[in-house]
Amino acid sequence: MAEISTESAQKFNIDTVENAAATPDVELPWAELGLKQNEYDDVVKVLGRRPTGAELAMYSVMWSEHCSYKSSKNHLRQFGEKVTEEMKKDMLVGIGENAGVTNLGDGWAVTFKIESHNSPSFVEPYQGAATGIGGIVRDIISMGARPVAVMDPLRFGAIDHPDTARVMHGAVAGIGGYGNSLGLPNIGGEMVFDPIYQGNPLVNALAVGVMRHEDIRLANASGLGNKVVLFGARTGGDGIGGASVLASESFDSTKPSKRPAVQVGDPFAEKVLIECCLELFKGSLVEGIQDLGAAGISCATSELASNGDGGMEVELTSVLLRDPTLTPGEILMSESQERMMAVVSPENVAAFEAVMDKWAVEYSWLGEVTGTGRLIIKWEGEVIVDVDPRTVAHDGPVYDRPYARPEWQDALQADTFTGSVQDAGRPATPEELKAAVLELIASPNMCSKDWITNQYDRYVGGNTAMAFPDDAGVIRVDEETGLGVALATDANGRYTFLDPYHGAQLALAEAYRNVATSGAIPMAVSDCLNFGSPEDPNVMWQLAEAIRGLSDACMELGIPVTGGNVSLYNQTGTTPIHPTPVVAVLGKFDDVARRTPSGWAEDGQAIYLLGNTAAELDGSEWANLRGHLGGAAPKVDLKRERELGEILINASRDGMIDSAHDLSEGGLAAALVESSLRNNTGARVALDEVAARDGVDIFTLLFSETQGRAIVSVPRSEEVRFNDMCTARHFPVSRIGVVDAAGGALDLQGLFSAPLDELREAHEGTLAKYFG
Amino acid sequence: MTETPLIGSYPSGPAGAPLAGACIGVVTFPGTLDDRDAARAVRVSGATAVELWHADTELADVDAVIIPGGFSYGDYLRAGAISRFAPLMGKIVDAANSDAKLPVLGICNGFQILTEAHLLPGSMIKNDHLKFLCRDQVLRVENNTTAWTNAYAAGQDITVPLKNQDGQYIADEKTLDALEAEGLVTFRYMGGNPNGSRRDIAGISNAAGNVVGLMPHPEHAVETGYGPGHTGTDGLGFFASVLNTLLGGK
Repeated sequence: MAEISTESAQKFNIDTVENAAATPDVELPWAELGLKQNEYDDVVKVLGRRPTGAELAMYSVMWSEHCSYKSSKNHLRQFGEKVTEEMKKDMLVGIGENAGVTNLGDGWAVTFKIESHNSPSFVEPYQGAATGIGGIVRDIISMGARPVAVMDPLRFGAIDHPDTARVMHGAVAGIGGYGNSLGLPNIGGEMVFDPIYQGNPLVNALAVGVMRHEDIRLANASGLGNKVVLFGARTGGDGIGGASVLASESFDSTKPSKRPAVQVGDPFAEKVLIECCLELFKGSLVEGIQDLGAAGISCATSELASNGDGGMEVELTSVLLRDPTLTPGEILMSESQERMMAVVSPENVAAFEAVMDKWAVEYSWLGEVTGTGRLIIKWEGEVIVDVDPRTVAHDGPVYDRPYARPEWQDALQADTFTGSVQDAGRPATPEELKAAVLELIASPNMCSKDWITNQYDRYVGGNTAMAFPDDAGVIRVDEETGLGVALATDANGRYTFLDPYHGAQLALAEAYRNVATSGAIPMAVSDCLNFGSPEDPNVMWQLAEAIRGLSDACMELGIPVTGGNVSLYNQTGTTPIHPTPVVAVLGKFDDVARRTPSGWAEDGQAIYLLGNTAAELDGSEWANLRGHLGGAAPKVDLKRERELGEILINASRDGMIDSAHDLSEGGLAAALVESSLRNNTGARVALDEVAARDGVDIFTLLFSETQGRAIVSVPRSEEVRFNDMCTARHFPVSRIGVVDAAGGALDLQGLFSAPLDELREAHEGTLAKYFG
Repeated sequence: MTETPLIGSYPSGPAGAPLAGACIGVVTFPGTLDDRDAARAVRVSGATAVELWHADTELADVDAVIIPGGFSYGDYLRAGAISRFAPLMGKIVDAANSDAKLPVLGICNGFQILTEAHLLPGSMIKNDHLKFLCRDQVLRVENNTTAWTNAYAAGQDITVPLKNQDGQYIADEKTLDALEAEGLVTFRYMGGNPNGSRRDIAGISNAAGNVVGLMPHPEHAVETGYGPGHTGTDGLGFFASVLNTLLGGK
């Protein structure tokens, strides 16, 4: 062992800072590490000399697209700028930390964040998806919170493509295998199949955690003489270059396999790390803490140091290794999972070590906080990194990339579904309409997702008040009062492709509506922006428009973005994915006992449709089933969404409704079927009156995806009060049916009656048919 | 019921309720997940939950023990194979086999640990479909004379959550025949075998009836709003049963 280490020292340590200054002409592999010529020149300029190999490794990962947001930074600023004082009042920690923190009241705070793990999940679906959960959970722990739930929006290629099964089995098993082992209930997400994601599946992961206000922790290294410690799993060779190489370049079949760049997860180590960190927080034993994710030690040291008030000096040979042959640069870049870095004051060192020993967690003291303002990294005492940490962590390149509205956008928007070739033979007779409903609910995007969610533990923790397939996941925070949170994630790549500005707003509108439908008051937003290459001006335009649209809509709805992530280069060759901004909305319950489930339960309750329906089939699931994508995305009306939200929240709080389900993809047809299958309770529904009111035919009423709508079931005793509330707010409301527990069917009167067994067979068989 | 802080550990002091004198220990191993849930179920039923740590060398003064679910040591070897060697497990095995017949309940990973510790026969292997499965599961109470099932009616069907990867109960035919003959099959899966378990066995007990193990999770069906179908509380019977045993001398 010692021999290897000596050998590696000789082999790798010759490039000290002193050596770099003396040998300015040495060629370094900056291009292989993902840096562009201008970026390398900047590094040289910042340092006033060529970088050492270790410094080059740090700059290359920290200045990658994934870590530096260099293409999106100029646009993302709008999330911080379009914010009112009112929106800030509950924000305890905003964008820029590991995750934003929102005040829940009663001394409680909640932190949540959504992130992508797209490229690794395509290369190695199980580990890619598993470590996606692991990474986002560590972000939540770093804030001082106990993680309490996860969610995962997924987008894969065509359901019948052979490679989709590989990604599906791996990613779902990975999310389950990791999340279930952490004891975190999985309470929701999305599952969309579209050939556009064939070579670029989207695996996004959300985690939410709760804490008392006094437990909030930040990532900074302050206090001269405080000790820097690395703890958790040992550092290995996995994920080296993952951030810079994998996430920042498009896949190209001519290049060698990048499989080794995917990290491998150990959920047991992470579970122990969670409990161990919570014990550290409880004892106030750490001054600052940072998880190790993308860019590993490079990121943790430079961010901790630059967010603190001094400098930092660490000895890299003190890092505990799984693989003793790693070079200094590799140790700095390694993305080995389940590691944390903390800053501990000297008087807490013994107590810190006692907690580590109790949980059998390995740790090593790397160095201390200094007053020099420099990040100094040594290898056996010789300086191999001497940088201003800000230049690594925050002063990376920022690009104002050119963007242009695609030339084809006008033609795309002019190509409406109505009257298209694909619209020929639109269902009209009762038989055709019934067949259409069955086809819709059995389709890949609208079918039951039980095949997936049954592989996730939704019960662990004992605080899950609602989970998928209800509109939002609901978690109790305080057992005494019932204080709790609701979460929903949504996106529609087709809408956003048709109209990036409004498509992003529609994602927010749907997540907002889902949270309100559950009865919670929407409070905060986290977003995961999945796009193609920013070097393509058309993609850059989609990104710019989506950010502008989302930030405008957040301002109008009065809920701030508290954090998120951007995933670019999701494209195969020159074909980018549909622009897919996944939006997560967090809401608050004073008492989760008031949550509104989506299924009908009580016989005889009245079913009401809230909102109007227009002929909006462009981009809809129906048009998608017919192979059409063109026209205008559904109209966004945020004022209407806010009014609908207020009605749903008040009705829940005052006990006026027993169930509520939002209308989104698949329109009224999907909502009616889902509400009846949830508790196996049918209904009699009459649609003629509301179709006449809105001036649409029955097909359009069933399949249009007009926004700002929901169906609710109202106890007879509450009907007058409920109607009065809607009328007073001038909100369109129509009684469309009655819950019929004994009938065993969804009876659309005058059209057709579909037995629940028939609907269930169509709805629940699809995923099992393709994936076993 | 006392407040359970989500941060840190749950309180272990007397709760003040009439049954609070009954102290039920809940063991935490590295990787245990449902310990806080089991403790909550104990408190909901009126008793006092006592936090036990796997490395403790003495069994605190508890009247019964629950070994909760999770993935102790990651299940990386064989589920429960490492945990059975914990210092506290030796104490639990001794107390369960002593004349005092300490009531012990193993749930999911806890059941696996009890079989590894030879308090119960048989073993669990991967589900026959090879996937993790989480669903609301109907169980038939086959034996209502144990320390943990005496509050149920014989033959009663209850619904509690099932959630595991390695839930397929196996034993040799002789052992299975003996379990059946002696009435030690405590719970059987109804409405379809979820994992290939031999003879639909979901849970068993030892001959004395003080040690019970099962794969499904009764502690997740004790509060309205958080159990099966949002309303199920069928799991409460386990905790009522052990209190009957402790207080009524059953």
